[in-house]
Amino acid sequence: MCIVEDMTSAIQVHDLRKTFGRTVALDGLDLEVSTGEIHGFLGPNGAGKSTTIRILLGLLRSDSGSATLLGGDPWREVQTLHRRLAYVPGDVALWPNLTGGEVIDLLGKLRGGLDEQRRAELLERFALDPTKKGRSYSKGNRQKVALVAALSSDVELLILDEPTSGLDPLMEAVFKEAARERRRQGTTILLSSHILSEVESLCDRVSIIREGRNVESGTLEQLRHLSRTTVDATLDRPVTAEQLHAVPGLADVSVTDHHVVCAVETQHLGALLALLGQHGIRTLTSAPPTLEELFMDQYRTDPAAAQRVPTTSSTRGEAATTR
Amino acid sequence: MSTFAGTGSLVRLAARRDRVLIPVSVLALVAFAAGSAQATIDLYPTLSSALDIIRPVLSNPASVALYGPMSSLTLDSFAVFKTVLLGGVFVCLLAYIVVRRHTRTEEESGRLELLGAGAIERRSPLTAAILLGTATVVATAALTGASLAAVGLDARGSFAFAVCWLVMGLVWVGITAVAAQLTETTRGTAATSLGALGAAFLLRALGDTAGDDNPARLLSWLSPLGWGQKVSPYGDNRLWPFWLGLAAYVALVALAYQLQERRDLGGGLLPSRPGSARGSMRSVGALTTRLTRGTLLGWGVSAVAIGSVVGSIAGNLESLSNDDTTLDLMRKLAGATAGQVHLVDVFFTTELHIIAIAVAAMGISIVTRLRTEETSLRAEVLLTTTSRSAWAVSHLVVALASTAAVMALVGLVAGMADGKRSGDVGTSVGRLVPAALATVPAIWVCVAVALLLVGLAPRLTGLAWAVLITFLLLSELVPVLGLPDWMTNLSPFGHVPSMPAQEGRLLPLVLLVAVAAAVAAVGLGGLRRRDILA
Repeated sequence: MCIVEDMTSAIQVHDLRKTFGRTVALDGLDLEVSTGEIHGFLGPNGAGKSTTIRILLGLLRSDSGSATLLGGDPWREVQTLHRRLAYVPGDVALWPNLTGGEVIDLLGKLRGGLDEQRRAELLERFALDPTKKGRSYSKGNRQKVALVAALSSDVELLILDEPTSGLDPLMEAVFKEAARERRRQGTTILLSSHILSEVESLCDRVSIIREGRNVESGTLEQLRHLSRTTVDATLDRPVTAEQLHAVPGLADVSVTDHHVVCAVETQHLGALLALLGQHGIRTLTSAPPTLEELFMDQYRTDPAAAQRVPTTSSTRGEAATTR
Repeated sequence: MSTFAGTGSLVRLAARRDRVLIPVSVLALVAFAAGSAQATIDLYPTLSSALDIIRPVLSNPASVALYGPMSSLTLDSFAVFKTVLLGGVFVCLLAYIVVRRHTRTEEESGRLELLGAGAIERRSPLTAAILLGTATVVATAALTGASLAAVGLDARGSFAFAVCWLVMGLVWVGITAVAAQLTETTRGTAATSLGALGAAFLLRALGDTAGDDNPARLLSWLSPLGWGQKVSPYGDNRLWPFWLGLAAYVALVALAYQLQERRDLGGGLLPSRPGSARGSMRSVGALTTRLTRGTLLGWGVSAVAIGSVVGSIAGNLESLSNDDTTLDLMRKLAGATAGQVHLVDVFFTTELHIIAIAVAAMGISIVTRLRTEETSLRAEVLLTTTSRSAWAVSHLVVALASTAAVMALVGLVAGMADGKRSGDVGTSVGRLVPAALATVPAIWVCVAVALLLVGLAPRLTGLAWAVLITFLLLSELVPVLGLPDWMTNLSPFGHVPSMPAQEGRLLPLVLLVAVAAAVAAVGLGGLRRRDILA
């Protein structure tokens, strides 16, 4: 199979499939991460995020489809690729009798070198004691050991799987700052996270996956555009629900006499306002979707999705990829 | 809330988790004792037919060192000669496994924390582990005693046999309960409890083989395994050593509770000190060496101890084995023509083969760390920085090199101890080091089999131990049971030349190394191709 190498992409995944026994973990996943961006990788528990990441790391072998990492095959070119990336899992396990400092230095050496100054600086900022043994670190501190090792390594790509789980808000802020610094230096970051504020403040683009396939990709702005805005209006003249449904993409309509509450896909907001205008608008409030609503909307299992034939991709998915 | 709240549910939980392990182990031990007794009776239906074998056995300290003295000149005593001590050691191992699984292992994994938050008193988990361990030991001893009586052995002697195993097993329930409180890791518990078992075995070996007028024979009394032997089943049938064992059991359990009161959950009595802020490891090989350092050091010390004990026992042997029939029989056993073999050499050959099986256990434990590292998820980040081959090969190299080094050390120390007696250190060392090294290819086959399982059938990694025990039984039981020779040849140890009793042969060693290399290569290939657990 011929893969056209795209130098502006750090990660390219196409139609990736992986099953464990009878469980389908990945069902034709697509993912593209551009060089130099922080890419949010989101989805409910069990959606296949960690499976994807482990395939990219060469720990698991995909059943079919293609994955290209820094221009190479993550399964076959493991040795060369591993010197160019660093990984932080969501649950870091350490050797009980090695100190944090020893683990940081070992992982750095194996990755082909680590920035001494950054190592010292990060230990300071994360307030991590490197002389403690692995068994005496708390969950958050084990996480910090892996974060310091990864963020101070001289690598082009950071793959972070819920890296801040167990960190307090102060330390989470330190992480965000450090991640931004790495982006300024040109490092690409793939960040899987459930913390919406983290995603919102860090990510240039996000991909949302569910049940092993991609459902949305784009900037947060683009995703917001696909989501629904809530409109609450009081009118001079009453309107019926039937009249309102002339506007496409309308949902959750509730009409009581002069008062209308409904949700509309943001791209059809104009059409709804035009229709309401014909009935005389007395008061109007419109709320753009919050990030929470946006994600809840995407994470919730779509009843239509269950009936979808695996080979046809959803219209939403297509809308998302044609930017 | 009572002091032991939740103990009942914890015992049920533990019993549920061990519902295969315990019954299978107990039945295996019962079958081991009753089966070999039955086989002996079938082979030698009368005492007179067995006497030719029994006499030299009685006066041969080489077998006394391994199996203990025979309790009397009876067929019944002969029927359990090989199982009474060896089986007792297995009972101790089972007691250790059960108690450790439900104390320190649970605590280290953090599962105990989950339970500890429930309505459970802090003594309860330890109590549950001790109860389960005790019940296992009692069941094993009782069922074995009953089975021996059923096979047709003397009823009183069979009862004494049960008491003998009971004494040994109960003490190891206590020792393991204490060991679990001392250190923070499962590995530390293993080192303490198994180290005590090894020391107990060696002490009684020295005591049992010392002459009647030698004060060294009192050493047996320092060993709980020795107490069990003093019961002397099918001989004197003494029952009072039971009280000695029970007293030690009660004292050790009380000590375990005392120690537990003084420490935190997850902690040990020996606190962990801060370590280095910087690391000096530059490769995955350095990491593997570092992680196995403690194991290697422990085995190095054991090798020196075992080597010197074996070397000194050889001295006892010479003074006792003057009678011609013994020498003649031992020569025949070694398969050599009369006049060429020395009894001491036959002794060294048997001892080295048994030690080799123990050293193979060390090699297996190093290679199966690959699987432990994987299931504990510690391998996950590591394998995103280095290749699987480098990771696996580093474990393989450490296992191969350390097993060879430990055997060489055993040979060297035994040679030096033996040379001091004979006055010619150079010759003794020159004979015993090659003899010890001749067992290494067979050890490597065991190591390679463990790697094969890790690579191709990771979930069955534990089978490596079953394979080793099968090899042990093949070389121990086939000659006793009079089974055909080809069965011994199924074990790699069956192909090791009987050095120094006989001339060394190079070809079987080369073939064993070739088999080990091929098996290891298949294992490595499997590991490179499969998914890593995440």
